[in-house]
Amino acid sequence: MDNGKRQSVTVRVQINGETREAAVESRTLLAYFIRDTLGLTGTHVGCDTTSCGACTVLLDGVPVKSCTVLAVQAHGHQLETVEGLEQDGKLHPLQQAFWDNHGLQCGFCTPGMLMTALALVRQEPLADEETIRRAISGNLCRCTGYMNIVKAIRQAGRTVAQTQEV
Amino acid sequence: MAVEATEAQPLGKAVKRKEDPRLIRGQGRYLDDIVLPNMLYMALVRSPYAHARIRGIDVEEALKVPGVQAVLTGEDLAQMNLHWMPTLAGDKQMVLATGKVLFQYQEVAAVVADSRAAAEDAAQKVQVDYEPLPAVVDPFFALTPDAPILREDREEKSNHIWHWEVGDKEATDAALAGSPVRIKEVIRMPRVHPAPIEPCGCIADYQKATGKLTWYVTSQAPHAHRTVLAMVSGLPEHMIHVISPDVGGGFGNKVPVYPGYVCAVVLSLKLGRPVKWVETRTENIATTNFARDYHMTAEIGATEDGRVTALKVSTIADHGAFDAAADPTRFPAGLFSIVTGSYRFPVAFAEVDGVYTNKAPGGVAYRCSFRVTEASFLIERAMQTLALKLNMDPAELRRRNFIQPDEFPYQSALGWTYDSGNYESTLNKALALVDYDRLRQEQKERRERGELVGIGLSTFTEIVGAGPSHTFDILGIKMFDSCEIRVHPTGKVIARLGTRHQGQGHETTFAQIIAHELGLTASDVLIEEGDTDTAPYGLGTYASRSTPTAGGAAALAARRIRQKAQQIAAHLLEMAPEDVEWDGSQFVAKGLPSRRVSMAEVALAAYTNVPPGMEPGLEATYYYDPPNLTFPNGAYVAVVSIDRGTGQVRVERFVAVDDCGTVINPMVVEGQVHGGLTEGFGIAFMQEIAFDEDGNCLAPNFMEYLVPTALETPRWETDRTETPSPHHPIGAKGVGESPNVGSPAAFVNAVVDALSPYGVTNVDIPMFPWKIWEILKTHGLAL
Repeated sequence: MDNGKRQSVTVRVQINGETREAAVESRTLLAYFIRDTLGLTGTHVGCDTTSCGACTVLLDGVPVKSCTVLAVQAHGHQLETVEGLEQDGKLHPLQQAFWDNHGLQCGFCTPGMLMTALALVRQEPLADEETIRRAISGNLCRCTGYMNIVKAIRQAGRTVAQTQEV
Repeated sequence: MAVEATEAQPLGKAVKRKEDPRLIRGQGRYLDDIVLPNMLYMALVRSPYAHARIRGIDVEEALKVPGVQAVLTGEDLAQMNLHWMPTLAGDKQMVLATGKVLFQYQEVAAVVADSRAAAEDAAQKVQVDYEPLPAVVDPFFALTPDAPILREDREEKSNHIWHWEVGDKEATDAALAGSPVRIKEVIRMPRVHPAPIEPCGCIADYQKATGKLTWYVTSQAPHAHRTVLAMVSGLPEHMIHVISPDVGGGFGNKVPVYPGYVCAVVLSLKLGRPVKWVETRTENIATTNFARDYHMTAEIGATEDGRVTALKVSTIADHGAFDAAADPTRFPAGLFSIVTGSYRFPVAFAEVDGVYTNKAPGGVAYRCSFRVTEASFLIERAMQTLALKLNMDPAELRRRNFIQPDEFPYQSALGWTYDSGNYESTLNKALALVDYDRLRQEQKERRERGELVGIGLSTFTEIVGAGPSHTFDILGIKMFDSCEIRVHPTGKVIARLGTRHQGQGHETTFAQIIAHELGLTASDVLIEEGDTDTAPYGLGTYASRSTPTAGGAAALAARRIRQKAQQIAAHLLEMAPEDVEWDGSQFVAKGLPSRRVSMAEVALAAYTNVPPGMEPGLEATYYYDPPNLTFPNGAYVAVVSIDRGTGQVRVERFVAVDDCGTVINPMVVEGQVHGGLTEGFGIAFMQEIAFDEDGNCLAPNFMEYLVPTALETPRWETDRTETPSPHHPIGAKGVGESPNVGSPAAFVNAVVDALSPYGVTNVDIPMFPWKIWEILKTHGLAL
């Protein structure tokens, strides 16, 4: 395609419960749509090749690596990012557990890790260690060695399970 | 159990991190999160060849891409004499290639445009006419007369960069010749890359109206970067403001100055607009500084009862196309001379030869205090070979050779003065935790059943905290570090340091040190790093130097505050200063414990009611020049089993007992150990930047360059002993890199231990399953 005539398309998403709409080049990747167009910079880009998971967001509740999804593919869909975790000034149990258990160091992989973990604890809050490790195996962390992340997800899962029982 | 930052007397407690509340909300501010008005984006054109002559560069089509503002080539930079830049190692490196390219992905042109996408589009349209030349990939071949000379810019017509040696060669040779037992082992640490999840990047923002350049950069050493930039660009240093925002991991990768940084600065100066450049993952792994690539040979002499008599090491160091090592200037091979480790070698000799090849330049200290990982790997591997030769238990061999607690300070054969350690008690703790005797018994039983089971030890000593100004400088700048503390009238504190954390938790641990010294809580103390206009000068965070240097400065600056505070407290108590004492949290009248004044009360008085003649205010700055380095150490035990069908190594257990002196925050120390062990595991089993014979990088992304995921990473069992550093103000040593330095040898020793009954004495890292399977096949062990 000629560079001068890139097609602009309107993308409308519901992100963290809010409807947002913007016109972008059709080739715009979801990660950059979220970061640059919508200004939500909590979602990070670490590799651009679906390898590291720093850009993980939930698309209709399912974790996707937003660096390899086109923004247009999210048109009309629900997105959740790290910015939506805290509700009414209260940290999500996952955020609290990551803080309590030293589940982060540099913090760059953390938003993606939290979103992958969110999908897991919703589905299987009492997942065992093996299941947790498998679930987060697409999210690379170079700082923590994962042990405290696993511990944090287990703690958060227990909190979520208790809340569900109530 | 983690405690809140409001805990009193916080030193040594697991205070929850103060940096986390913003990071868990996605409110960290990393380089790429910063957007400035009128900002442009830069992309680099890179060489597809490892070695080629540039016949010409055609930028015409690139300039036609809508949104493109400028294209910069090496010839453009040459007109400003900026086509080469100095490296921290005293070599020079091309910014944009002129004449020849010397490694694949080398920077050839820079394109700047209104958007990142337009810049990338245009970069594709820059036409470079290359004449490929034969690539020199093997550093040993590079030294032969048949090898083409790579660096035509140098007077020396050779690919040999430098020779460095330390120790007494003659005495070492004599001792080796006279030793009844001798071993020789070739030990290789392949090229790896730190690969933090956030790549490198910068925004150069030159304001023509003020003449000031604000340079946002992913930097572990912002002050050093400011000085280097001033020297390279000619801009006055006070008109350069370096801001290192939240940094998404560094591990040594974010110490050097990279060509992309210089291009962004030049383009911002030229265009008067902010220019952002952020690497892709491939650019990060394939071009920014690698680590290791040391090809070592170790010889040890010993008595028949296993007492070491001499150590001799020779090494070829592959530096790639430019020697861009980020070592202290007088140490071309870093602190490799820690190679005698934890053992009493009466004599030793080590030599290293640096070599150019057609590979990316380096190397950096990847979670390592300048070649200490290579040194520790070598000695801990060689001790295993010696144990095999002597048919002696590796724990017993180590016991017989450890430097003893009463020998500290210990003068090593290669010139270091070790500060403190209790190696045997650290080892004993690790052996007890892993239940070593029972393990050996189990190993025997499992071997009888045909299983391949190994136990590997590593009892390393590190050298960190560069460093004392009599020995350490970078381009002449002494390697002290600094802390400035301001106590506000209400008793709250801001402290700024010359270091720059990248996940190590300084905002918490340094607050703990200062709060502890001032009778406050960590929540009362705000720590700021990374802004050169506000923070005092310092050399930055790498090589586990922050706690040994800036941590010392923090404690001593706080004590300076306390000295003045004591005068004010005496004034408030209406007593003589010598009749007032500090009880660890407050000033108390001697003999009258009910009469006391808190630091908050003193702080208010410092601005409202100072003693007559005293300068108001309560601030202090301390530049701490440490008298010595610190020598953390540890004892690690790895237990592995090998799948005879696939060659897959399973780490069944890993016990790590670290001794980093006084612990500021046990939760943070444990986190550092977990992370370092995981990187050590990656280096032992997965991570390698390999090249084909044409110099093509075979691992330029996370699909080829394998870093550990949660699935492979073993479960770490950690503990500690605490032998304080006698010279550090609070007795602390560094710890961040210890687990990465100490663990690779433990893994290899365990695999060798599993295979040694079949005559295997060495396995090269990374120990990929296919490599192990080949060994199993050779020895008839494969199923």
